[in-house]
Amino acid sequence: MSITSYNGSALIAMVGKNCFAIASDRRLGVQFQTIATDFQRIFEIHETLYVGLSGLATDVQTMYQRLKFRHKLYNLREERNMRPETFASLVSAMLYEKRFGPYFCEPIIAGLNEDGTPFICTTDLIGAKQLSKDFVVSGTASESLYGACESMYKPNLEPEELFETISQALLSSVDRDCISGWGGIVHVVSADQVITRTLKGRMD
Amino acid sequence: MGDSQYSFSLTTFSPSGKLVQIEYALTAVSAGQTSLGIKASNGVVIATEKKLPSILVDENSVHKIQLLTPNIGVAYSGMGPDSRVLVRKSRKQAQQYKRLYNEPIPLSQLVRETAVVMQEFTQSGGVRPFGVSLLVAGFDDNGPQLYQVDPSGSYFSWKASAIGKNVSNAKTFLEKRYTDDMELEDAIHTAILTLKEGFEGQISGKNIEIGIVDASRKFRVLTPAEVDDYLAEVE
Repeated sequence: MSITSYNGSALIAMVGKNCFAIASDRRLGVQFQTIATDFQRIFEIHETLYVGLSGLATDVQTMYQRLKFRHKLYNLREERNMRPETFASLVSAMLYEKRFGPYFCEPIIAGLNEDGTPFICTTDLIGAKQLSKDFVVSGTASESLYGACESMYKPNLEPEELFETISQALLSSVDRDCISGWGGIVHVVSADQVITRTLKGRMD
Repeated sequence: MGDSQYSFSLTTFSPSGKLVQIEYALTAVSAGQTSLGIKASNGVVIATEKKLPSILVDENSVHKIQLLTPNIGVAYSGMGPDSRVLVRKSRKQAQQYKRLYNEPIPLSQLVRETAVVMQEFTQSGGVRPFGVSLLVAGFDDNGPQLYQVDPSGSYFSWKASAIGKNVSNAKTFLEKRYTDDMELEDAIHTAILTLKEGFEGQISGKNIEIGIVDASRKFRVLTPAEVDDYLAEVE
């Protein structure tokens, strides 16, 4: 039993046309027992910057609290929001600080740059950044997620089409992973609005 | 620094509510060689006198204006060795910011962190305040900026300012000559004229130092030859 598959999780972020979508499953389990079906893995840092955290649930929550703290201080000092790339560098640095006793979580960072272009990236549990132009995945269902995204993804999708694509990719992948699933939540973020929807899939 | 036996501050309030050590530090600054800075619409210029104690000193080895980051430079008035300590600390802080955020530090943040250090030395045990005021010039995402940092740790953003000897004359001169739409070239000429006002002896590229940063965001110190060229233009 690996510590990163103790709670189960599935996360995707995808790039669309001047928008991005970030989605996750909702299951929180203790190995095979399901504890909650409304667990929050995706968090808003600011209006156009979201972070999704997969892996050990306690580290998901702690990492979010620490990142929120750092961003709030940054905002007070610099009187502006953090850019997505800057935030990704911060996440990477914070994870590497614990190189020899890491947080067991693998974040996905998704945001819109000041000019409206979307930015996504993921890091491993010790902060190795991986930028991507199309999609990033994370969690126990990552192998299925990679396959689903690779076949379903198309560039320059409008927000509604992007929603459909990311939802299908998420639901089909978590169905192949027994410790993630129990529905999903999707945020589609454009410069002027955020559309959040929950998904009902196989509730098992 | 400031631990163990020296856990009490040497800078304490006088009955009139002043921190006398800081006043004395400001006196040390006022006795230092004049420095000034001017913020133009498209860049910033800082300049300082470089009067060396003897003609035998190799002027090429003396750098009064120093780089903190590729787009931020600093000039000082007061005690040279104290300024070196601050330059060292500021450079480290700028690099730490870069390591954390992978982004160059905004000028206002660097100034704030430097000012915090200077304030610490007015309150920590066993240390004295820095005997320098700094003029920090840079060009970042918020455009050209000029800041002054004092031994107390207070900092101000200026359109134009002078520190050191001859400050009141220099500031009066700058007040008359400064315009909001001044460009960098005009600002350099004005800076030279202001330095000339209070200069004892013959001004040349060897006894003043000028640093500029423009929209290219590369701070550089002018060579003595370039300074001489500007001096000739000003004549």
